Amino acid sequence: MSAITTPFPEATGAWSLPYRGKVAMAGLIIAESAIFTIFVVAYLFYLGKSLTGPTPLEVLETPIFFTICLLSSSLTVHFAGRSLERNNRGTFLSLWSLTILLGGLFLFGTGREWHRLIYEHGFTVSTNLFGTTYYSLVGLHAFHVTAGLVMLSIVLIFGLAGRVGADQFRRVDVLALYWHFVDAVWVVVFTVVYIIGR
Amino acid sequence: MSSDAMAIPNVQIESRPWVEVLHEWISTVDHKRLGILYIVYALFFLVVAGIEAIIIRVQLMRPHNDFVSPQVFNRMFTMHGTTMIFFVAIPILFGFANYLVPLMIGARDMAFPRLNAFSFWLTALGGFLLYFSFVGGNGLYGAGNAPDISWWAYAPLAARAFSPGHSSDYWTIAVLVSGFGSIGTGINLIATVLCMRCPGMKLTRMPLLVWLNLTMAGMLLIVITPLSAAQIMLLIDRYLGGHFFDAQAGGSAVLWMHFFWIFGHPEVYVLVIPAFAFVSEIVPVFSRKPIFGYPVMVGATICIAFLSLSVWAHHMFSVGMNSYANSFFAITSMMVGIPTGIKIFNWLGTMWGGRIQFKTPMLFCIGFLFQFLIAGLTGIMLASAPFDWQLTYSYFVVAHFHYVIVGGILFALFGAFYYWYPKITGRMLSETLGKWHFWLFLIGFHVTFDTMHFPGLLGMPRRIYTYEPGRGWDTLNLIVSLGGFIQGIAILVFVWNLIISYFKGERAGNDPWDAWTLEWSVSSPPPAYNFATVPVVASRRPLWDKKHPEDPDSRYE
Amino acid sequence: MQPIKKSITMGVVPLLALLSGPLVWSATTATAANSPSTGLTNIFAPESTPAKSIFDFSLFVLIITGIIFAVVFTLLVYSISRFRATSANASREPAQVYGSTQIELAWTIIPVLIVIVLFLATARVIHAVQDARMPATAVEVTAIGHQFWWEFRYPKLGIVTANELHIPLSDPTHPTPTFLLLLSADTDHSFWIPQLAGKTDLIPNHPNRMWMDPHRTGVFLGQCAQYCGTQHAKMLLRVSVDSHEDFAAWVRSQQHPAIRDEQVREGRRVFETTACINCHAISGTAANGRFGPDLTHLMSRITIASGAAENTPEKLRLWIQNPDAIKPGSLMPAMKLTDGDLDAVVSYMQTLR
Repeated sequence: MSAITTPFPEATGAWSLPYRGKVAMAGLIIAESAIFTIFVVAYLFYLGKSLTGPTPLEVLETPIFFTICLLSSSLTVHFAGRSLERNNRGTFLSLWSLTILLGGLFLFGTGREWHRLIYEHGFTVSTNLFGTTYYSLVGLHAFHVTAGLVMLSIVLIFGLAGRVGADQFRRVDVLALYWHFVDAVWVVVFTVVYIIGR
Repeated sequence: MSSDAMAIPNVQIESRPWVEVLHEWISTVDHKRLGILYIVYALFFLVVAGIEAIIIRVQLMRPHNDFVSPQVFNRMFTMHGTTMIFFVAIPILFGFANYLVPLMIGARDMAFPRLNAFSFWLTALGGFLLYFSFVGGNGLYGAGNAPDISWWAYAPLAARAFSPGHSSDYWTIAVLVSGFGSIGTGINLIATVLCMRCPGMKLTRMPLLVWLNLTMAGMLLIVITPLSAAQIMLLIDRYLGGHFFDAQAGGSAVLWMHFFWIFGHPEVYVLVIPAFAFVSEIVPVFSRKPIFGYPVMVGATICIAFLSLSVWAHHMFSVGMNSYANSFFAITSMMVGIPTGIKIFNWLGTMWGGRIQFKTPMLFCIGFLFQFLIAGLTGIMLASAPFDWQLTYSYFVVAHFHYVIVGGILFALFGAFYYWYPKITGRMLSETLGKWHFWLFLIGFHVTFDTMHFPGLLGMPRRIYTYEPGRGWDTLNLIVSLGGFIQGIAILVFVWNLIISYFKGERAGNDPWDAWTLEWSVSSPPPAYNFATVPVVASRRPLWDKKHPEDPDSRYE
Repeated sequence: MQPIKKSITMGVVPLLALLSGPLVWSATTATAANSPSTGLTNIFAPESTPAKSIFDFSLFVLIITGIIFAVVFTLLVYSISRFRATSANASREPAQVYGSTQIELAWTIIPVLIVIVLFLATARVIHAVQDARMPATAVEVTAIGHQFWWEFRYPKLGIVTANELHIPLSDPTHPTPTFLLLLSADTDHSFWIPQLAGKTDLIPNHPNRMWMDPHRTGVFLGQCAQYCGTQHAKMLLRVSVDSHEDFAAWVRSQQHPAIRDEQVREGRRVFETTACINCHAISGTAANGRFGPDLTHLMSRITIASGAAENTPEKLRLWIQNPDAIKPGSLMPAMKLTDGDLDAVVSYMQTLR
């Protein structure tokens, strides 16, 4: 059980590999995209196949304002990352908080929409096929937004405690990548539910 | 499994209290320890699922047998299938991947050690949940117990209306949770291989095992997730009144089938590709030649990965898709046989002109080659859709996939055990017991699974707890069951070998097989940090270059 | 370790199994006991065009795969015997060959050609079987799968029956095939009579279509092939292929309303005032249930409980009294009748020819 390993030739030239955080987040995004794809397929497959109950055209209202909120939050999170890279902590924290606020607004919008659908139209997940697929797809997305907001808040807390500096910008960028993914999914869900579906 | 790097002479090492050792194992994030945990976990469930198989075979030994009730039988085949796929095959392959990949690329651990541990414990929780169903599964009206909806859980059988109680929920949640663990491992493997290779190890210089596990990891991300999505939908149906698979509300049972098989077919490639990896490492070493056609092997594997995503509905040929859909899936299923066949030819080409040593790892790999050939050919028969209209849902299919999984994957795994056990434990497994294991298992395997094709050809469907006499199935089933007992004995010999060799086995040095990849450059077992200095490589076989400085591989690649 | 010995064992064991299979199988059938479910369900003994097309095609597939097996098997056996390490050559490493583009091309192109040929044959048979047009002379049957029995309706003939199908012989010169519409009332099932056709599934909300044109009279057996729940194993099928005269006679007898025999008046009364009528139907009585099989012509069937038992008074009595003794987990409840009532009902059932 010797610890002496067989010697190897000397390294020549630079050897650089990708940042593992980015690669891992890319992997997670690919996996999550597959999950969303299945829910989107189910949504599209069942369009027009409900036997009873309200149709998308009858009950859905296009959430333009809240969509703009969410999509803008991608911009704010991106610039927050750039500020952090330049060690501009103040700007970073402001933009980061704005991101959380915008994301929170989006969730509020979804909640308000669901409240209206359930209490004004009596439209729930068990009403018909449209109900099942709509709440599942939008709900899955909202769940991912929530998880993202929790992560963003944790970073905010550490940031406010002075622990997040230019050294951490790569890790913060990994989380920002997740947030961009959540927004991209919303673009797809929005298109499928509010544009194609109606 | 000591993590000592050096045995310092004349120094007594205190034995530590067992609680401390236990704690170390439970809280470990070391890829080698986690690899061993995965493997031991899987071996335990191999025995459990094997017992479930024996129960099935005893019941089917003769027609109208009453060894178990239909309800128990249906739980047995559901649990046998679910356990074998999710809690034996996946963990054991992850275990080997975890142990070997960092060592083979000259890294000190996986990219995310804590994620690694988390993934293992998620998988472990899944297995625990599935088996807790025997105790906790009673639900509405006392209906319940272990799941009995088959490992496919087809709609509408899995719906609340036809599966009251909680047994189906244990299936759903256990597999869902372990699925998330699998995704974690997939992410970890990809990040490790892409970001942690030692200097000089370009992608084109990685051992084939690393390439194939990278491919498997990539597949995991988009293969497990459709099943997770479908299971979330099933839970929504069962608990929130959803209608995803509710025929009464216009839902589609066929949609579940599509989602399940979009997972289910590529999943078997997720299982077989690591088995290919073992064979691709072992056959060259025991033929004393490099793998024939390394770039083609990599390319063929990636082809298989992509093609396997397009074949899923060959499990649905009798479901009533139109003739164009059936034709499409028939041709894609045949096409995926091409790169697979190319791999068999390349292994043949590796042995050709070599100096083959018939040590136990090689015996199992040779068994793999013959059996995987046959399994692939019965696969071609099943891909031919009209033939499949007779063969599907029958014992012919059961024989085919067991030929792949037992005759192929398990044989390759046995080879891997005998090959890498010395590295993991520092001791050689007994060659004598190994040969007994090999021959007993080979005979038992063929007695069971060669014979099993015939009841299928004679019209015996699968998943039946009993059958009518006089259809020609009686003696055949008896023979199949007897072979199962022989295999059971062989497994016991194997487990005994694992245990006794740990204490009494011949000590292995760094490199008992005179092999060529980086794991053989460190001690057996390796130190916790793997490499004292990070290696630098210049070819695919760094140790060959070391041992043959007059003729290094780097000259030819 | 003698590699030739080993390779022979590894090759011979499967070959022996392959060869012994048919021997064992024929021996078994020779000594089989005679019961209503005795008989072959051999996919290689087709008696109908779909099954025959599949059979002919399967021979083609078997020949191709057989040739591939023979070639690769021989190469494998040769390589492990010819290139084994011996005491003479073990000390030197052999020539380190890394690959060969020509060989890789060869063993890529040949399989591609094989796949093309195989696929063309496959597509042709798929189309021939699946897209066959229904002629005007066809008999139309609607099969509805239930947990754990088969409902058969002949919509154009006004017949409703269960579990045992009667269809006419089909003469190739004047074909009278039977076309089935496959539906399901609950879970997924699959209709499989190996000698007459490949299997097709019965899936709720997803109607399927299949056809058979049997070339000889006789009884053909099969069973449900898709796991549908506890008693999937005993959801048996029995198809009686009748000559045209016999089929017409059967149709006429099935079209009759239930025979009203005054001697079993008591049994009919018990039947009509018990929960039986919730699930079963007998034409001409108050019984109109669709959950269980139609009993109007129960005595025209050879078996009860979808093949799980012979249609004898004893078995019928047992089935009504304690279905779990015959088919545990079936959805027929134990009726808990007194002995007198039970005897009366069974006597009544005996008159339902």
